[in-house]
Amino acid sequence: MTSSTPGAPRSTGHIVDEDATGIPSFEAAGGDWSEIAEEAARLGEERIVVNMGPQHPSTHGVLRLMLEIDGETVTEARAGVGYLHTGIEKNMEFRTWTQGVTFCTRMDYVAPIFSETAYCLAVEKLLGITDDVPERATVIRVLMMELNRIASHLIALATGGNELGATTIMTTGFTAREEVLKIFELITGLRMNHAYIRPGGVAQDIPPGALDTIRDALVTVRHYMRQLEDLMLGNPILQGRMKGVGYLNLSGCMALGMTGPVLRCAGLPYDVRKAEPYCGYETYDFEIPVADTCDAWGRMVVRIEEIYQAMHLVEQTLDRLQASGPGPVMVADKKIAWPAQLAIGSDGMGNSLDHIREIMGTSMEALIHHFKLVTEGFRVPTGQVFQSVEAPRGELGVHLVSDGGTKPYRAHFRDPSFNNLQAVSVMCEGGLLADVVVAVASLDPVLGGVDR
Amino acid sequence: MSDAPQALTTAAELEGAAAAVSAGGRAPLDVVDVRTGQFGAPGSGDTSGYGGLVTTVVLPGPTARPYGRWFDEAVDILAEVLEESGTPFDDAVTSVVVDRGELTLNVAREHILAVCRALRDDQDLRFELSLGVSGAHYPHDTGRELHAVYHLVSVTHSHRLRLEVAVADSDAHIPSTVAVYPTHDWHERETWDFFGIEFDGHPALARIEMPDDWPGHPQRKDYPLGGIPVEYKGATVPPADQRRSYR
Repeated sequence: MTSSTPGAPRSTGHIVDEDATGIPSFEAAGGDWSEIAEEAARLGEERIVVNMGPQHPSTHGVLRLMLEIDGETVTEARAGVGYLHTGIEKNMEFRTWTQGVTFCTRMDYVAPIFSETAYCLAVEKLLGITDDVPERATVIRVLMMELNRIASHLIALATGGNELGATTIMTTGFTAREEVLKIFELITGLRMNHAYIRPGGVAQDIPPGALDTIRDALVTVRHYMRQLEDLMLGNPILQGRMKGVGYLNLSGCMALGMTGPVLRCAGLPYDVRKAEPYCGYETYDFEIPVADTCDAWGRMVVRIEEIYQAMHLVEQTLDRLQASGPGPVMVADKKIAWPAQLAIGSDGMGNSLDHIREIMGTSMEALIHHFKLVTEGFRVPTGQVFQSVEAPRGELGVHLVSDGGTKPYRAHFRDPSFNNLQAVSVMCEGGLLADVVVAVASLDPVLGGVDR
Repeated sequence: MSDAPQALTTAAELEGAAAAVSAGGRAPLDVVDVRTGQFGAPGSGDTSGYGGLVTTVVLPGPTARPYGRWFDEAVDILAEVLEESGTPFDDAVTSVVVDRGELTLNVAREHILAVCRALRDDQDLRFELSLGVSGAHYPHDTGRELHAVYHLVSVTHSHRLRLEVAVADSDAHIPSTVAVYPTHDWHERETWDFFGIEFDGHPALARIEMPDDWPGHPQRKDYPLGGIPVEYKGATVPPADQRRSYR
């Protein structure tokens, strides 16, 4: 067949392997790109389509941007996602309610505590035990979430600076975040993928001496924050690159369902912690920082302010934990509470020897309970709930459906990164190519959360 | 073990169970599952002596007034706004469910745009922020297998509600709400991608998470999880969907 055959496809078809007949094959490249290229060839215009990503260093992971440019001006911007889709929601349907935490913590890996908390709050709402969760567990949840907010915003500032070539902002930001990760390692045993928040409470109480460690770490974080502010707020290059870039006003934000710093830099002080309080946020003293610039600069300033507010909240939780003293961190209902009492042994974290001695040596009922709860799990009454928490990137919603069984019937996470990426087109079209990087960085997407 | 108890879950049985729960001319309940036996462990004999037990699992059904909190007022205003625009409320909203302090309106698909517009635009409702669309697949909910669930927020009044549209698997079409809530663009694409619900009038209903040429819709209950057995220290662990499990 010659290439001049009318109507013959110009692109190369699938490579057919004789041995693989009958086995479906997939072309992961997708159809968008060839459509754009074909249209460009047909129109014969002098336009350039730049494919940025999915491996571009400034796309915060595997985000793919398809940009049509005219000179240095972006005339059309499209975002392509799905490169990190791992089917976490589907997998959760095949594990018990408690195991679900280990899956959802891997969604937004920069802010894992928020996915865990939102999921656990939703499970507790389904079970109707929201009020039975011990006060100490709730305070620890707030402590962990606000520490995580600090870490996440530090990443946003650090990578945002790095993408503009400001390496010192990156190193300072990451060094400060390290302090928070050390606390996470101290409390949960891990730097990420914690699975620390559990339905009914938290996995384990905070270790002795942790309160002082956190207080010391806050001093260090404050020190680095001052450095970051000196580097960023008065920096004429940063101002020139960020002011007026990635513009999205309030009506645009509402139409596109934007939440978090993007919405707040458009002037609306909407924060789930105030609008629909959970985990007792209504009893804490904190402010919602807003800006009215609607641009990347405003988002950066809002994030810096939010770090200070988060530190203020952490201090309040520390005071409460200090004042209340030791207490239960899991619901009293033994039909729900994970039976294990964890402790650190010579081979890492595991069941405490006291617990093993009890179930293996003295109480057959405890052993049966342990076995049934771990292998079978607990049942959750039929119904559906939606639970929101204020994640660093915006409103994180969990839609959970139970069929009365031991596993979620359906778990859907409304991730703010996924929703906010829709604004890339509006923010970038008509702007300069170099500003695309700034606009995307100001959204602070985490592709693990986008694709789930 | 006799295999008689296991044979109960035929198509006719399921329909019978669905009809039984919707008797009395009330709005049909959403049947999630019909199970037999005591523990719901598939593949092994139910030795409990309750092998013939048939349990129909349904989602919480319609709620009678008063709904409580601000719900009654909001539903009244919505009814008024819809009637003004020429849409009978009972046609648009088939039932109201209040469960666990959350309000769900079950909406007929042909009226979903009108309901969304009323909820967004009326000053006493003002659900100006949408948190997107998610889906759920209930294979046993005969004629209403696929559900699209819309989560709306009123920042003005600090209210939240949920809209639910159920369609048959054989006719999985829902009018797109992108014109009212532009944020639904990607959310409807995701629901199409995962459940195969077609949102008519969507500007570009393409797959979003799966590759463009992927066959099937992975979040449906008839789509297998997949996976391979893993050998660990001499024992073989089957994939998650083939392990012994309890319902």
